[in-house]
Amino acid sequence: MSHNHRPSRRRFLEGLLGSSGLLALTGCDRLSQTQWFPRVLRSAEVLNDRLHHLLGGPDALAREYSEADLSAQFPSNGTRSPQDPEYQRLRANAFRDWRLEFGGLVARPMQLSLEDLRALPSRTQITRHDCVEGWSAIAKWKGARLSALLEAIGPLPSARFLVFFCYDSLGRSGAKYYESIDLEDAQHPQTLLAYEWNDEPLPVRYGAPLRLRVERQLGYKMAKYLNRIEVVDSFDGINGGRGGYWEDRGYAWYAGI
Amino acid sequence: MPETGHETAAQPPLVMGYRHRLPVRITHWLNLVILAVMLGSGLQIFNAHPSLYWGDRSDPGQAWLSIEARRTEGGSLRGVTRLAGYEVETTGVLGVSAGRDGAEARGFPAWATIPGPRWLAMGRRWHLFFAWLLVLNGLVYVTYSLLSRHLTRDLLPSLPELKGLGRSLREHLSPRRLRAQSTRGYNPLQKLAYLVVVFVLGPLVLLSGLTMSPWLDSVFPVLLDLFGGRQSARSIHFVAAFAFVGFLLLHLAMVLLVGPVNHVRAMLTGRLQIRRSSQ
Repeated sequence: MSHNHRPSRRRFLEGLLGSSGLLALTGCDRLSQTQWFPRVLRSAEVLNDRLHHLLGGPDALAREYSEADLSAQFPSNGTRSPQDPEYQRLRANAFRDWRLEFGGLVARPMQLSLEDLRALPSRTQITRHDCVEGWSAIAKWKGARLSALLEAIGPLPSARFLVFFCYDSLGRSGAKYYESIDLEDAQHPQTLLAYEWNDEPLPVRYGAPLRLRVERQLGYKMAKYLNRIEVVDSFDGINGGRGGYWEDRGYAWYAGI
Repeated sequence: MPETGHETAAQPPLVMGYRHRLPVRITHWLNLVILAVMLGSGLQIFNAHPSLYWGDRSDPGQAWLSIEARRTEGGSLRGVTRLAGYEVETTGVLGVSAGRDGAEARGFPAWATIPGPRWLAMGRRWHLFFAWLLVLNGLVYVTYSLLSRHLTRDLLPSLPELKGLGRSLREHLSPRRLRAQSTRGYNPLQKLAYLVVVFVLGPLVLLSGLTMSPWLDSVFPVLLDLFGGRQSARSIHFVAAFAFVGFLLLHLAMVLLVGPVNHVRAMLTGRLQIRRSSQ
């Protein structure tokens, strides 16, 4: 078969540009589906984590704002009201029977009531909450300083991470939410086990009775509806092995960026 | 000089002149690939919250730009883009476009995002990895340009050139004159455009991106003051990204105008075909 007309050079160039662009895009989608390529991409996550930790020690504080900066509407993301029957029973009784279990690789495991937590050294801070989706909102948080509690509980020399287990579950699988941070972040002065939001007891939609605040990381690190904290040397064997609910679904464990 | 025959009678002979050195060529093409990935993955990330604000907070209703999907009374989805109070229907491109199972709510369409389907975690991985490549490639280019004097010799406009900017602008209105000029080196407007991209737009997009990191905000609080808050930084990051797109379109238009084959070949092989007399 032969054609009488030759395609113009211009049309050829246009076609080449268009199809190579499309090819490149499908190529990106294919690469995203492989095992190896996302692993290569994740090397940047390790680099960011190391570099950021080198730059910012315990003295680098997240900016604190004034009362005038508070968000009029603070969004509630993820779970707004946990369906777990045990949680609902505890909630019905205003969390008087709720206890935080704090154990694992520690010298003195504890069970703490809300009263116990309120008696610990506390901190109040007005900070910006940055969601991985891109929005930011400002609120006032009061809570027990995790560093003080850690000192009392005595992590063993092998301790490396704190894993936070929660009452809420997300998604169709019904998997329970959980998160983890390292000891350095746990000892940061702004890291709190928060029980108050804007001067009122922590509302259910924001994680009652107790949630984590890790101010230098994104919102998904700040687990709500805390049930238990376990000090571990590795989170490889826990659930998906990536250290958190969203981490098991592809998000970065280090969420400082 | 090779003999070019009777052509010389009418026109000066065509010769190949060395225009772009290897490091410039390599960083140029790498930059194109990296910027394409940064833009596609950036739009994927933007789609997770397709609204932009000024200040530190993203208060509902306060966005200066938002790309929304609304359900009509008939039950179908309508894409609406709001810019500074004005609304435009953008169904098919912005707000609502084709997904795997028909029309779906999404800021930018699948053909513009990396990956195509909604996948924030993967978009962030691409973006944060290629951001390092962008910085490294930029550093290599700037270091080379300084050491080889590419910057001072080819890119910095001279005082007379700066005074003749108006003339250079008029030259851009005549493709023939522009074509003739293009073989003599970068023109003054072109030099300024490249300098702005490398030394203004580049640092701007990098710093505004870093300001979105809550960790780096704690280490360098000045970043928040510089941009006027994290949401402002997100807005500026977005605008700077589209300034890159604008530059790219202008750059492409200029290449098409002055001779795409000659100039693309020159950026590949280093050699540009020029009229001898124009040397």
